[in-house]
Amino acid sequence: MPQQSIDVRHIARLARLELTDEEIAEFQPQLEAILGYVETLSNADVSAVKASAHGHEVFGPMRDDVPQESLALEDVLRNAPDSFQGQFRMPKVVTDA
Amino acid sequence: MLTISETRRRYAAGETTPTALLESLHQEIIARDPAIGAYLSHDLDSALAEARACDLSLPLGGVPIGIKDNIAVYHQPATCGSRYLEHFVAPYDATVIRKLRAAGAIPFGRLNQDEFAMGSSTENSALGKTCNPHDPTRIPGGSSGGSAAAVAAKLAIATLGSDTGGSIRQPASHCGVVGLKPSYGRVSRYGLVAFASSLDQIGPITHCVDDAALLLQAMAGHDPADSTSLNAPVPNFLTEINAGVRGKKLGIPKEYFGEGIDPEVRSLVEKAIAALAAQGAEIVDISLPHTSYAVATYYVIATAEASSNLSRFDGVRYGKRASQVADVLDLYQKSREQGFGAEVKRRIILGTYVLSSGYYDAYYSRAQKVRALIRQDFQNAFSQVDAILSPVSPAPARKIGAAVTDPLLDYLSDIYTIAANLAGICAISVPCGNVTSEEHTQLPVGLQILGPPLAEASLLQIAKAAESATLA
Repeated sequence: MPQQSIDVRHIARLARLELTDEEIAEFQPQLEAILGYVETLSNADVSAVKASAHGHEVFGPMRDDVPQESLALEDVLRNAPDSFQGQFRMPKVVTDA
Repeated sequence: MLTISETRRRYAAGETTPTALLESLHQEIIARDPAIGAYLSHDLDSALAEARACDLSLPLGGVPIGIKDNIAVYHQPATCGSRYLEHFVAPYDATVIRKLRAAGAIPFGRLNQDEFAMGSSTENSALGKTCNPHDPTRIPGGSSGGSAAAVAAKLAIATLGSDTGGSIRQPASHCGVVGLKPSYGRVSRYGLVAFASSLDQIGPITHCVDDAALLLQAMAGHDPADSTSLNAPVPNFLTEINAGVRGKKLGIPKEYFGEGIDPEVRSLVEKAIAALAAQGAEIVDISLPHTSYAVATYYVIATAEASSNLSRFDGVRYGKRASQVADVLDLYQKSREQGFGAEVKRRIILGTYVLSSGYYDAYYSRAQKVRALIRQDFQNAFSQVDAILSPVSPAPARKIGAAVTDPLLDYLSDIYTIAANLAGICAISVPCGNVTSEEHTQLPVGLQILGPPLAEASLLQIAKAAESATLA
């Protein structure tokens, strides 16, 4: 298993979390202690084992492609921080050419 | 003690009505809950409207059920104990709520929890503190701490919780009530805010085993809206519930009684085992050899799934949105930074790390393989025995604040409960006595009974026998 050092700032960026310096200082030793504990998994002999993603083998069943009733627009948009003309509004994503 | 069957008897005898009962529950919550903190909110008017229209002939006719704040009830809050969802209003009913309503029940009250169900003390709620009704200086357990405390304090007849690594059973054990985690796939997760999708299950927290069976009966079954819910027949969980344990083979895993267990907890659990033996159960020593890997496996898989599930909280469609943002990336990062608490951030970072390029195989793939070994342990055990008996938690409820600087301490206390989620089996916590604290308070201890996938009928039958033994 890899060393238990973790670049918290880099991982936070991957997770789209903007941590404060204080949070990074707090999390760093805590996360390294947890990863140190997780290291015990390297003692398990898994050479003959297939990975298991679920307690039971459930394979993505498909439903028939039939339109179903959806949620009411007003119920959905009620929770939106910002909406306009029945749609979610967010900062501009595309830049001008 | 107001159980579901006692409530139904009082309605039938004309001693009370659903509206009168709701009014009195409301008064009790106003008077006594400020000292306990089980409820985050409750809406008396909407419950009264439902009560006036309810059909008392249905199995749960007119019975109010408290709901953990991560299960959607149409037009009610679902904060998940998070600042991020502080003002969220659910746009639909979870399948369990739809089914409970169809059985006549009335969802009433939103119960406190660790933020997004991450924790085992309810201290990680951003929206309120919950105390253990048996000793207010102690935690109620978690993450369904509000659900267990409400039942224990007689501020609810029964409640729903969710269990990802013990979050129904451990608070039930700490609060001296019954908590059932159904087999993975037995109950639909549609409308439960996802923490770790391959581990989460909704289940009841109740005063007695019969009530747990009644609620499971109403909720169980396949749901097209949850593709992981199992398309298996749902038996009647009550027909055999009083059949006793004569002839049942019950396994005692040596790994669950070793180092780290409080001697008084061990002694109470052993007493409960002896009582079941006295009722005719055959006690068999067994081994679950990969037990020592369960906590590490869980904290890789659960955090990996959480980091993926919680990516939906992006400040766009619902919940917290940071103001004053430069661009869309800034919007995501600031909204999540401001909306999530410390434990949620820790787990998102851990989960992102174990899934990140270069570490995926070493952590996530390996944990999935160890998970298969843990599941195999249980398959082997259940070829010899009908159910397994163990403690729920290594110690009674700890003091509030005792693990705040070392999250790993709390993770390790989940040792006896998380394997059931990894293996997808069913498990229940039943009170088996009290430990007297240094301050002379009585701290409840739970017996855990674990059964094979979909064997809830047999599990409840054994639980009922264990319950009768401790009540006797």
